[in-house]
Amino acid sequence: MSERLSVFKTYKLYVGGKFPRSESGRVYEVTTRTSAAAAAGKGKWLANAPLSSRKDARDAVVAARKAFGGWSGATAYNRGQILYRVAEMLEGRRDQYVAEVADAEGLSKSKAAAQVDAAIDRWVWYAGWTDKIAQVVGGGNPVAGPFFNLSSPEPTGVVAVLAPQESSFLGLVSVIAPVVATGNTAVVVASEKSPLPALSLGEVLATSDLPGGVVNVLSGRTAEIATPLAAHQDVNAIDLAGADETLAKELEIAAADNLKRVLRPQPVDDVDWSATPGTDRMTAFLETKTVWHPTGALGASGSSY
Amino acid sequence: MAPASSSAPAFEYAPAPESRAVVDIAPSYGLFIDGEFTEAADGKVFKTVSPSTEEVLSEVAEAGEADVDRAVKAARKAFEKWSALPGAERAKYLFRIARIIQERSRELAVLETLDNGKPIRETRDADLPLVAAHFFYYAGWADKLDHAGYGANPRPLGVAGQVIPWNFPLLMLAWKIAPALATGNTVVLKPAETTPLSALFFADICRQAGLPKGVVNIITGDGRAGAALTAHPDVNKVAFTGSTAVGKQIARTVAGTRKKLTLELGGKGANIVFDDAPIDQAVEGIVNGIFFNQGQVCCAGSRLLVQESIHDELLDSLKRRLTTLRLGDPLDKNTDIGAINSAEQLARISALADQGEAEGAERWSPACELPSSGYWFAPTLFTNVTQAHTVARDEIFGPVLSVLTFRTPDEAVAKANNTPYGLSAGIWTEKGSRILAVANKLRAGVIWSNTFNKFDPTSPFGGYKESGFGREGGRHGLEAYLDV
Repeated sequence: MSERLSVFKTYKLYVGGKFPRSESGRVYEVTTRTSAAAAAGKGKWLANAPLSSRKDARDAVVAARKAFGGWSGATAYNRGQILYRVAEMLEGRRDQYVAEVADAEGLSKSKAAAQVDAAIDRWVWYAGWTDKIAQVVGGGNPVAGPFFNLSSPEPTGVVAVLAPQESSFLGLVSVIAPVVATGNTAVVVASEKSPLPALSLGEVLATSDLPGGVVNVLSGRTAEIATPLAAHQDVNAIDLAGADETLAKELEIAAADNLKRVLRPQPVDDVDWSATPGTDRMTAFLETKTVWHPTGALGASGSSY
Repeated sequence: MAPASSSAPAFEYAPAPESRAVVDIAPSYGLFIDGEFTEAADGKVFKTVSPSTEEVLSEVAEAGEADVDRAVKAARKAFEKWSALPGAERAKYLFRIARIIQERSRELAVLETLDNGKPIRETRDADLPLVAAHFFYYAGWADKLDHAGYGANPRPLGVAGQVIPWNFPLLMLAWKIAPALATGNTVVLKPAETTPLSALFFADICRQAGLPKGVVNIITGDGRAGAALTAHPDVNKVAFTGSTAVGKQIARTVAGTRKKLTLELGGKGANIVFDDAPIDQAVEGIVNGIFFNQGQVCCAGSRLLVQESIHDELLDSLKRRLTTLRLGDPLDKNTDIGAINSAEQLARISALADQGEAEGAERWSPACELPSSGYWFAPTLFTNVTQAHTVARDEIFGPVLSVLTFRTPDEAVAKANNTPYGLSAGIWTEKGSRILAVANKLRAGVIWSNTFNKFDPTSPFGGYKESGFGREGGRHGLEAYLDV
C-alpha cells in the first residue's frame, strides 16, 4: 500500500474578505530559510506565492476603504471581542503556524512555537486595548472659558503596513494588530521571502468575524507593491517596518504627496518583537479630534437654565 | 466701513485710535543668535511694512545659510545645559516670560497690529492673552513631564527648527517655543518674512527674563532661510505652520532622516448650520469664523453649509450683519476688519474671488469704502456655489465665504468631508444628539459646536488629512518635542 499523497495548499492573497490570486497571474517561489539551505544557495521549495501587482495593491486599498466606515464605527468592545476571537482561532491552529514559521524562518519546532505563542498573546494584548486607549490618550481639557472641551482619538483611516522582513509571523502580528485595534483598516505587504504565514493568517482572520477588507494581505516584491501604496491618494498612513533604508526614504518622499502619517522603520530589523509593546504603534495611527461646546454659566445671577 | 446707503447705522463712530507711542520700533534689527543681535553674514536686509499704510516700519536682517548654521550651532551648544536643568528651573524661566508678556501686552498688541494689519481689538483681546496663557500653561509642564503619559523621564529631542506664518505671528511663536522649551529643547525660529517684528521683540523679552544664551534664536528672512533651517542636518525636530504646499515640501526634505516632524497646514473648514440653529448666534459664529483676522486663519469656517429650508433667512441676516462691520484703520478700537497682510496675499485673494465669479458663483459684498493706501479686501460672500467651484475647494485665506446648501445631515457631512483638508468644522443646531453624531462623522481635528474659532492652551489643535499632523496645545502638544 502506497503512502498517502498529501494535498498541497494554493497560497492566495486575502483581499476584501476573499482569497483571490494576483490579478497579474504571477507567482514566485517561496523556499525554506534554514541556514543549511542558505549555505547551499537554495532552500527547499515550499509553495508558489502570488506575486502581487500594483493593481492588486489598488484593489486592496479599495477594499480597505470600503471596510473603514463600518470597522471604525464599531464599538471598541466589539473590536476587542473580534481581536480576541482571532487569538482563539489561532490557538486552535497553533500546530499549523508552528510548522509554517519553522519552515519560513528556519527555526526549530520549539523556537517557532515560542514565536507563534507570542503572536497569539499579542492579539490578546491588543484585544484588551481597544476600549482603553481612548481614555489613556484622550480626555477633557480645562479651557479658560465656559466650554465643554473633549479630545478623543480617532483612527487615521487606511494604513499601508509593510510587515517586517525577518519575523514573518510575530513581527507581522505585531504591526497589524495595533493598526486595526483602534479602528483603522490595513493593507499589509507580507515579508517578501517568507510570506506564507502571513497568507495563512488570512484564513484565521476570515473566520474570526473580522469584517472583510479590514485586513488585506498581499505577497510579492515589497518595493513593487509598496511604491504604489505610498503614492496612493486614498491611503492615509504607512508603516515602513519592512522597508530598508533606501526604500524607506523613497516611500516617505512619495507619502508626502498627500501627507500620509509615516511610521519610520526601526534602525535594524532584528528588533525584539517578543518584548511587550507600548502604545506607540497605536498612537502612530490615531488622530486627535477636539470638540468644543458652550456650557453656559449658572449661578452668577440666579438660575439661568 | 462706510454706511450702506440702504441701511444707515443708528449712529456714527468717532475715531478711537490706540496710541502708537506705547511701542518703540528701531530703524533696524539684526538676527538674534546666541543671545546677541547680529547682522547677516552677507549684510543683507529687507524691509517690513505696515499693511494698512504701506509705511516702512523697520529694516531687518535677511538670514542666509551661514546665519542659519550659526543659529543652529548656538542652539546645539545651549542644549546640553538647558536640557540638564531641573524642570522646575526651566519652568521658572517660562513663567517669567509669560509674566513679561502680560506686562508688555499693550506694546506687543500695537506692534503686532502695525506689522500684521489685524485690528487692535483682536491683538489686544485674542492674540496677546493667548500668547501669555500659552507660556504660562507649558511652564507648568516643565517639571511634570514624568506624569504626562510618555513614560518616566521623557527626553527632549535636541534642536528644534521652527517656521511660522504671518497670520498670528506672536501666537504661533508661543505655540512653537513654549512646549519646545518646557520639554528641554532649544530652538531656532524663523518668523514670516512679512511679520518679523514681534518675534524680535520676543528676543528682547528672553533677555529680560535672563534666558540662557542660545536657548532661543530668532532668524528673520524669507522661504529660503526656512528651507535651510528645515534641511539643516543638526536639527532634530522640525515644526512648521503654513501652507500645505510648503508642508509637503518639508515632509519630502525630512524623509529618510531621524528628524521628528509636525505640520499645521491649510484648511477649508465647513460651518454647518441646521434649520433649528439659533439664527442670530449662528450669524455671529459665521462672521467670527470667516472674518476674524480677515479670514487669514487656517481653521477659518470658509465654507458655509446651510440647510436649504433656512437659506434665505440666514443669508438675509448674514448680509444685514455684514453691513455693520467696520473696515479700516487697524489701530482704531472700533475696527472689525483690518488690512490684508501683504500685496501678494491680496493679489491671491483677488484672483481667487475673480475666479469664483468667472465660474458662475454669485458675488456679494456690503457697500464698503476701502482706504486708498494699504492692502484691503471687502468682506465677500459667494452664493450659488457648487462643490466643483474653486472657491469651494481652494483655501483662499481671506475674507471670502462660500455658501453651499444641504438637505439632510448625511449630505452635510458628505459635503463637509469632501476636501483634502481636515482642520476645523462648525456645527450649529439646538439638538445635542445631532451635534454629537455629526461631530463624530466629521474628519477634522477641531470641531466647534454652537461656537467657532475658540482657542486655549489646554486644547489640542491640529488637522486630519492634508491639514497636517501632530497637535499643538494641551498634554498632546508635548509629544511633538519629546523623544517618544
